[in-house]
Amino acid sequence: MRNPLAKSVIEIQPSGIRKFFDIVSEMKDAISLGVGEPDFDTPWHIREEGIYSLEKGKTFYTSNAGLKELKMEICNYLKRRFDLSYDFNKETIVTVGGSEAIDIALRAMLEPGDEVLVPQPCYVSYHPCTVLAGGKPVIIELKGENDFKLTIEQLIAAITDKTKIMILAYPNNPTGAIMTYDDLKALVDIIIEKDIIVISDEIYSELTYGSKHVSIASFPGMKERTVVINGFSKSYAMTGWRLGYAVGPAAIIEQMVKIHQFAIMCAPTTSQYAGIEAVKNGDTDVEMMRDAYDKRRRYLIHALRGMGLECFEPYGAFYVFPCIKSLGMTSEEFSTRLLQEEKVAIVPGTAFGECGEGYLRISYAYSIENLKIALERIERFVARYRK
Amino acid sequence: MREKILAAIDKNSKISAADLAIMLGSTEEEITSIIKQMEEETIICGYPTLINWDKVQCERVTALIELKVTPQRGLGFDKIAERIYQFDEVQSVYLMSGGFDLTVILEGKTMREVANFVSEKLAPMEAILSTATHFVLKKYKEHGLPLVQTKQDERMLITP
Repeated sequence: MRNPLAKSVIEIQPSGIRKFFDIVSEMKDAISLGVGEPDFDTPWHIREEGIYSLEKGKTFYTSNAGLKELKMEICNYLKRRFDLSYDFNKETIVTVGGSEAIDIALRAMLEPGDEVLVPQPCYVSYHPCTVLAGGKPVIIELKGENDFKLTIEQLIAAITDKTKIMILAYPNNPTGAIMTYDDLKALVDIIIEKDIIVISDEIYSELTYGSKHVSIASFPGMKERTVVINGFSKSYAMTGWRLGYAVGPAAIIEQMVKIHQFAIMCAPTTSQYAGIEAVKNGDTDVEMMRDAYDKRRRYLIHALRGMGLECFEPYGAFYVFPCIKSLGMTSEEFSTRLLQEEKVAIVPGTAFGECGEGYLRISYAYSIENLKIALERIERFVARYRK
Repeated sequence: MREKILAAIDKNSKISAADLAIMLGSTEEEITSIIKQMEEETIICGYPTLINWDKVQCERVTALIELKVTPQRGLGFDKIAERIYQFDEVQSVYLMSGGFDLTVILEGKTMREVANFVSEKLAPMEAILSTATHFVLKKYKEHGLPLVQTKQDERMLITP
């Protein structure tokens, strides 16, 4: 029989997280600080709206780009929260989570050989989606000493004649880093000068602590070259609903809708109805969750620093990214041993790119009680290996 | 800071001052002194425990009583409310808008005990015009916390 598989797919490495997941799932009674999703249930009024839509029999396809009301509310929301103005009709598409939006944005724009700047450590899908879309990922290795922000020097060094797209993901998973107004402003001129399109994954935009999220699309000259990706998973604790969206220049969104139309049809109808309620009346839920995350964030950083682990202060998402280089172990060794010896699962930084070596991603999407138990075990572990 | 502390201990009064200080970005001394101040000002009036008595082998009934009362000149409803809330059996007293005036929440060992209390203590009070007693059959949620729950974390252990 002939080989039924595509070479380009075989060559893609399975996500490093997947490998670790397999080890963890064999370990009974392990506790985890390894998830990338909120611990809160979707707020009841949002779930209720989904249930109500089912009761009313709203079980049909919606138009490809999403329900009109949802798209309008998304645009209202983006205006209200981040001062971004988009046309609901031509510049907005509702997708199956932010992940689909990333995929189709890349597919809509990439030609074979086009280079995509991927600052790492970052979410696991940017690299493979770029490859599957025929592009060439160019990794920018972000540095701990810069608090994992993208600097102008690093950006300039990575740009070539073939650079077409840059993926920018702040607040960042896995580092928890954010880019402030000034941080972004420093990059804008060169992005425009070099005619680069930005895919800005802002899925954690509601989860910043101390300052409000700034979108790169809000800078003059950037809206026309930015596709903003966002969604409901992290802000409203709606991961399982698979609901996200992209806003951007009409010409790009139009082509994204085309791919979406043939691959997906439309985002789940029930989720879209629930999404309307979320984006319209969910601001207080977001505030409540942000407040809870902030308390845990402080608690976790305090505890990790107390163990003598170097840990820059993350102002976004729900992750801390402590450095374990002082213990003389690789990230994977640390994570594997911690799991075997103390039954705590955390994700090695290397799952998010090679430059995550020496770091760990610890999630604080857990109750303080859970964090306490896990931190006691981590402390015991660290003390044992520090000798 | 006061509001932040109150919001944090509203659902869990057992958080230590040291933990609160870390979570709110303050110091243990400051938290302790603010809590003490709020206790003195009776902003914080107590630290009761939320107990699901249904799970304890212990007879206990709760009743909600609607009272219509005549307010007293110059004192309004406060005087009569005070006479009512002094009884140990009375858990809560609220002045209401709408069809009746006071809600009284009573706890007793048996329905008879509650009934006796209403007929012997409450109803005879001069200002009380009428009573309507409702017994609680099951408690689902109190103080913003569900009483019937054992929710497991259903998330996968590791996700990107």
